Parts: sequence; structure tokens; C-alpha cells
Amino acid sequence: MVDEVILLGYWPSTFGVRTRIALEEKDIKFDYREQDLFNKSSLLLEMNPVHKKIPVLIHNGKPVCESLIQVEYIDETWPGKIPLLPSDPYQRDQAKFWGDFIDKMVPGLVRLMWGAKGEEQEAGKKEFIEMLKTVESELGDKTYFGGEAFGYVDIALIGYYCWFDAFEKYGNFSIEAECPKIIAWAKSCMKRDSVAKSLPDSEKVTELVPELKKKWLCLKSL
Amino acid sequence: MADEVILLDYWPSMFGMGTTKIALAEKGVAYEYKETDPRAKTSLLIETNPIHKKIPVLIHKGKQICEPLIQLEYIDEVWSDTYPILPSDPYQKAQARFWGDFIDKKFYDPSWKVWGTRGEEQVTAKKELLEHFKTLETELGDKTYYGGDVFGFVDIALMGYYSWFKAIEKFGEFSIEAEFPKLTQWTKRCLERESVVMSIADSDKIVEYAYVLRRKLGAE
Repeated sequence: MVDEVILLGYWPSTFGVRTRIALEEKDIKFDYREQDLFNKSSLLLEMNPVHKKIPVLIHNGKPVCESLIQVEYIDETWPGKIPLLPSDPYQRDQAKFWGDFIDKMVPGLVRLMWGAKGEEQEAGKKEFIEMLKTVESELGDKTYFGGEAFGYVDIALIGYYCWFDAFEKYGNFSIEAECPKIIAWAKSCMKRDSVAKSLPDSEKVTELVPELKKKWLCLKSL
Repeated sequence: MADEVILLDYWPSMFGMGTTKIALAEKGVAYEYKETDPRAKTSLLIETNPIHKKIPVLIHKGKQICEPLIQLEYIDEVWSDTYPILPSDPYQKAQARFWGDFIDKKFYDPSWKVWGTRGEEQVTAKKELLEHFKTLETELGDKTYYGGDVFGFVDIALMGYYSWFKAIEKFGEFSIEAEFPKLTQWTKRCLERESVVMSIADSDKIVEYAYVLRRKLGAE
């Protein structure tokens, strides 16, 4: 049976990018379907009834939700190709710990980008910088988080890179000044086909911000 | 070095207290338990979980593993020759991880607000928690356990919160049995397992503990 792989995503989503990269790394053919998050499709609601969120990976009609769970699923379903997670249980669980940590950066980023100007935004920025510095210590002088091989933790973090210009603009700071190793690492990742193909253009993401702000404020007031 | 396993945990912890203990018990792994109050931030806790400074911390042969669900997966992978906690099929595994993630992300916040706050904050939290219970009851359906016939990952993740159910019911003023009969039957089945009974805290002691905390938080 030929594998049917569909990915429901939203182009500026840092989470959807992860799944795209994983599929590209494994050279899996997939049908990408852009979703309108402000007018959710019946397919999205059917495939992710619990969270109603993207990305949703649909493999032979069966949905897998949550981006890092999707990355792991892709690695386990197509194991023959480039492994995304280490085989050693301890190394694998360290990778998952860092994936989870990177996910925990989201609330700070939400405050930085969408929070009230002033205290809330500053608190979000401070939290993001602190957490990114912790991640940078973990990277150290390695090429990738797993050492020489690009993998799970790199995939977990690189999706945020297309938003860095937006974070810097709205937060009024320089990520390179705070975390130079992270920027160097990101530039290495961008040389990979899977990443270059999957990440949206930073400029387009930054241009979208005022429109997103308006739409979300609108939704909140409904 | 012998297969040295140490678990740092705190008896009333809401972070799935019992989750890691249940998994170790299911696998028949001997370990040293160290009662660790996370508020005390002992040097051992800071050394073994420098990033989050939280319990539980699992230490195996000197290496630390943090986060209860990651610990479950680690235990399953290392002691793979006995009782599997996760299914072997990648799709079933992804489903189990999804529900573990749901419990991990969605349960904690409204749960503590139901017993730890009052007024509007409590009402909102209760509404949210009841929705999550309903989602979990629907997912369970008529199955014996979340994974089907076999007690596993999702059951262990949710039973980690069981000892707090009585406190949540009392201070939230609702009955899990009345609202969620299938979930209630499932808890009874889980409580027949030795691994569960020996791992979870006493519900009445948790209620007493919650009372003390409520006064401190100003909810009483």
C-alpha cells in the first residue's frame, strides 16, 4: 500500500515547521494543506477534536497530533532513513527533555509578542532570553544539539528562527547579542534542504504580526 | 556500578505523584525513595534537576531523568524485558503520548485552582476541569484501560493524579462518580493493581494537606 501522508498546517506556525522538516529529512512525500485558523475546516475539527489545532499529521487516514509527538512518530514509522532521535534510552530522553523545555518557552514568547506593552512584554522578553541562554548552554560548541547529527532538538527549536526578526523588532533587542551561538547554529541549520524548504520567510512573518494581532483581539472580544 | 535507582519525590505532589512509582513497581524495579520537599530546594534537588528544580527526579546509575512522562518512557525502554508500558506500534504509541501530554498540560492548572482558590477563579477552573474529565471519560469509553485490555502509559499518567481526586471533589463540590461513572469504574480497576496501591498517597491525608494549603493560600 502506498503511504498517504497529509499535513494540515498554518504557514507561520513554528510547530508545523517541525513536522515539515521531519518529513523532508526522511524524504517522505506529503500533501500539505494550508488551514485558516480563524475559520477552521471540518477536516481539522474532525482530525483534532480535542485541541482543534494545527499541525495535524494524517497518515493513511489516521491523525497524529502535537508537533513533537509527530516528529517521534515520523522517526519510528520510517526508521530506515536518517534517525532523528538517538537509540540510547538516556540520550533519547535527554533529547525529549530539551524538546519539552523548548515548548515551555512559548508562554514567555506569547507575552513578548501579544502581551500588554510595558511590564508584561518586558517580563516575557526576560523569560525568553533566560530560557534561550539555558538552551544555548546546552548547545555549547556542538554543531547540533545531538552532536554531529541534526535531530529532534534542532527540529524543536529551529521553527522559532523565522520569528526571531519579529521578536527582535517588537521586543527591541538583539538575539545575536544575547545568544550568538544560537544564531550561528540556526545559520548552519538553514543550509539543510529540509529546513530551507520548510521555514517561511522571516520578513513575511514579521509583516503578518499587526494583522494577527488584530484578528486575535477580534476573536477574544467575541 | 549496580543498577542503582533513586527516586526523589514528595508524597503530596500533584505532578503525577505516583506516576513514576507505579511504573517502577509494574516493572519490579527496586529503588531507593528519597522524600524531597521541592520548596526546600536541597542541594541534591538542585544538583539533579538544575533546570527546573522540581520533583520527581529519577536517578539511574548516576544519571538524572526529569519530567514524569519522560521518566515513564525511560523506565519502559531500560527495563524492556518486562511488562510493556507503551504499545510497540508507532501509531498506538503516538496516541498514548498524545493523551499523556493532554493530562500533563491540561490537568494541573485547573486542578489546583479547584482546591486552592475560591470565588470566580475557582468556578472557572471547575468548569474547565469538568470538561477535561469529560474528554477523558469519552476517550476511555467502554475500554478496560486507556490502552485497551492492558494497563499502560495513559492509565499510569492519570492515576498519578488520583490521590488528589477526593480533595478536588470536596473543595470543588462535585462528585466524580456521579458525573463520570466510566472513569470511576476505571479507577476501581486500577486500584486493584498492587503497583498502584503501593505507589499512591492516601486520599484522606491529601485532603488534610490541601486544607492546610488552602488556609495558607487564603482560600479558606
